[in-house]
Amino acid sequence: MNIQSCVEVRNEWDIVKARQSGRNIAKELGFGTVDQARITTAISELARNIYLYAGSGEVAIERVENGGKLGLKIEASDSGPGIKDIRKVMEDGFTTSGGLGAGLPGVKRLMDEFTIDSKENEGTVITSIKWLR
Amino acid sequence: MDDRDLQYQKYKAILVNYLEEQSEQTLYKGQQFSRKMIEQKISPEEAVSLHVSVLEELFPDIPEPLKNSYDFLLEMMIGYGFAYREHQSLRSRQQQLESEIEIAANMQQTLLAGDKPEVPSLEIGAISKPAQKMSGDYYHFVQDENDCVSVAIADVIGKGIPAALCMSMIKYTMDSAPEQRMQPGAVLENLNRVVEQNVDPNMFITMFYGLYDPRVHSFYYAGAGHEPGFFYDSQKDEFEELFTRGLVLGVSKKTSYQEYQRVLNGNDMVIMLSDGVTECRSTNGFIERDEIVALIRKYIHLSAQEIVEEVYRELERLQEFELRDDFTLVILRREV
Repeated sequence: MNIQSCVEVRNEWDIVKARQSGRNIAKELGFGTVDQARITTAISELARNIYLYAGSGEVAIERVENGGKLGLKIEASDSGPGIKDIRKVMEDGFTTSGGLGAGLPGVKRLMDEFTIDSKENEGTVITSIKWLR
Repeated sequence: MDDRDLQYQKYKAILVNYLEEQSEQTLYKGQQFSRKMIEQKISPEEAVSLHVSVLEELFPDIPEPLKNSYDFLLEMMIGYGFAYREHQSLRSRQQQLESEIEIAANMQQTLLAGDKPEVPSLEIGAISKPAQKMSGDYYHFVQDENDCVSVAIADVIGKGIPAALCMSMIKYTMDSAPEQRMQPGAVLENLNRVVEQNVDPNMFITMFYGLYDPRVHSFYYAGAGHEPGFFYDSQKDEFEELFTRGLVLGVSKKTSYQEYQRVLNGNDMVIMLSDGVTECRSTNGFIERDEIVALIRKYIHLSAQEIVEEVYRELERLQEFELRDDFTLVILRREV
């Protein structure tokens, strides 16, 4: 079984598309309704960040397996301005008031694994996994 | 049965009970159950999901639109879950910060708590209370081999941690120039230089420095823009202001501080304070300096230490136990 999808994000409609494909894959993998909603929200936030701060990028969603564990992996990448101070954006309370919605720390808490890689003027790649319990 | 099942069963039992008879008692049970759920860090979306799954078991024929509406509600609650988890994480960070401040405050206390000297013929009372955890007030006694007692009172403009950090600097500077201790003017000039060089221009320090020499019963002092203290003349039974001329520390590189002298007769007192004492605010506005004098007079028959404690107690009560500024009060009294 090879489930995956990749959505290009250029406008708000694409955010909805990314959500939809994330939800479909989460459902197919057997996630419960709460986790489906969490995964979708995480995708939504990441796609929205791309739309707001990088202009365009893509959100790839795929099924991952590790030692018999099944999971869903989101990879959000863009070649936007990058994040200057990653520690700062990972701080609670830093972004919420700035209109970033839940912010990256919120996404991190919704998921099980979270890595962020960013270079100024080159772009950002955020990878996050939710494991099926 | 794991925790989740147990929770499910309990919630179901309470809900079934409530659906049978809408009693206040069941609602109360529900409230207690929610508290338990919060303790177990169940997020709002999980709570909604729990409710929905119980409903689906109890009423398998739930109309489709209603069922769909629960999915919508769940989506809404994810946002609240976000906020809830952020709140929890901020709370634990706050606890961590508070315990760090607690440690710093303890360090400050050991740094500041210079022992009150024991000198024949001189009675000393001192009290210092921070408005917040850390104090921007500073007082320190030093006693030398001739039983001369020097006393310094400083107030950093500002409160809390920045003020406390700044104040440690004063303490180190004072410790590093012991040979000046006998010359109050020179002490302040030296401090002024250090503060001017090292402290942010918008931070100021006021200070009063005095030295009591029991061999000649004289008090030598100088001040840097500090709240004036009082001198109590026991023969005349009068309080006078201990006026000093001198600029606040840290404003100008070259400042000199005039030195003054008072001879203490038996029962005469020198009273030194920080502006936290005079800027006590009661419901009737600021407390006048006259009122401080009146308070000291009221307890004048007590020991110096008892006087400062009683004055603090009364002013604390007048402000409804809410200190707005750090509070320091020191009294020296020559014994008869």
